[in-house]
Amino acid sequence: MVRAWLTAVLVSLAATAAVAGEAQFVTVDDPYIELHTGPGKGYPITRIIERGARIEIVKRRTQWFKVRDERGEQGWAAQEQMARTLQPSGKPAEFREPGREDYQQQRWSIGLLAGDFGGATVYTGFAAYRLSKHLAVELDASQILGNFSDGWGASINISHTFVPEWRASPFFSLGTGIIRIEPKSTLAQAEDRTDQTAIVGAGVQAYLSRRFVVRAEYKSYVVLSSRNDNEDVDEWKAGFAVFF
Amino acid sequence: MESRIRSIFLTAMCSASAFGLGACATAGGSDTGDGTPQVIEPEVERRDIDVSAIDTEDFEVTAFAGILSVEDFESNAVYGARLAYHVSESFFTEATYATTTVGESSFEKLGGGAVLLSDRDLSYYDLSLGYNLFPGEVFLGANRAFNSSVYLIGGVGSTDFSGDSNFTVNFGFGFKVLPTDFIAVRLEARDYLFDTEVTGEKKTTHNLQTTLNISFFF
Repeated sequence: MVRAWLTAVLVSLAATAAVAGEAQFVTVDDPYIELHTGPGKGYPITRIIERGARIEIVKRRTQWFKVRDERGEQGWAAQEQMARTLQPSGKPAEFREPGREDYQQQRWSIGLLAGDFGGATVYTGFAAYRLSKHLAVELDASQILGNFSDGWGASINISHTFVPEWRASPFFSLGTGIIRIEPKSTLAQAEDRTDQTAIVGAGVQAYLSRRFVVRAEYKSYVVLSSRNDNEDVDEWKAGFAVFF
Repeated sequence: MESRIRSIFLTAMCSASAFGLGACATAGGSDTGDGTPQVIEPEVERRDIDVSAIDTEDFEVTAFAGILSVEDFESNAVYGARLAYHVSESFFTEATYATTTVGESSFEKLGGGAVLLSDRDLSYYDLSLGYNLFPGEVFLGANRAFNSSVYLIGGVGSTDFSGDSNFTVNFGFGFKVLPTDFIAVRLEARDYLFDTEVTGEKKTTHNLQTTLNISFFF
């Protein structure tokens, strides 16, 4: 089992290495660029490359680029400096970070939320697909961890974002799903139960930076139980999402 | 330099030749303006860079083994896997799943056949945020330096134990060394806190874990 897993890891690593495209070159246009030993400001600067030198971009990690000059010297350069290099055509190199325009154009997003579900802790993972500027379909799965019971839920929702152009925009959602509640094993006469839910929600979603979005929402659940009365549960959650 | 020598050689050849002018016109090629004839037209590629073709390594997959001391239930071998995404040079998010089989409590050992747990497996997952506090280097001998970092990590998750899922908070710190750019070896110590009623009354348990991890960036 372990061997199979390791093989899988090695094969996928080899595959990523193979996918890495042909060499990319830029020319230094700052008086010099500083090369750190690692991808971060805290790593020491051990070399500089002067204006006019042609450098190959080996790889990238977060906002740092590993580069190699023609003598084969390697090191990590910061994105701010790499943005002031020239492409082979003489145009400035562009290492643009995703921004708000991309947020407007997004199709897919995935995220994680945590909060309170009727007194219990809840974690939710969700994926959303935007159908139009305003409308999106959202699928989510939650784990509920309470003092007396735990359980899980899943739902499908349609959400409507009121002003997608705003940095922070309110939204409203409507959905349905299922919920399973499993009372703690220490409780006597406890029975697991699975019920359908109807959900109404509202919240705010705001663009943070790069690909990140922050989101806070309230949802009101009606648990359509097989007993005499339906149960109402309030849920408050906040978290992050990443869009593509 | 080579082309200059060649052009001098060709010029000499041309002057010596009876067909001088004609041959020189074909071999000499264009004139660079400063009087030196250029033999070969430089073939410079003018293609722009393709940012999407740059190999980005923001994800890190980890396998680990270690010891998880489960409060009241001995210290046990724990195995797990992690997946991290590096948001910036300082911050990363990481999801972990791990599993262990707990030993016997002293009550079970001394109680002559008393059993507290029917299922002795414990598993947990967590979602955590890490911060690279002290990036730096470690030196091995006189000629080798490896990048390293001391990091803080903490988050929330859930622990499946004694038939229940329990809300779990974790925090700790680690030290990582990178023998190459894409491999990291990590030593980590973390405390996992959750409430349980297994021993009769409800209490918050501290479950300390130390692990040795090996990671690959991709």
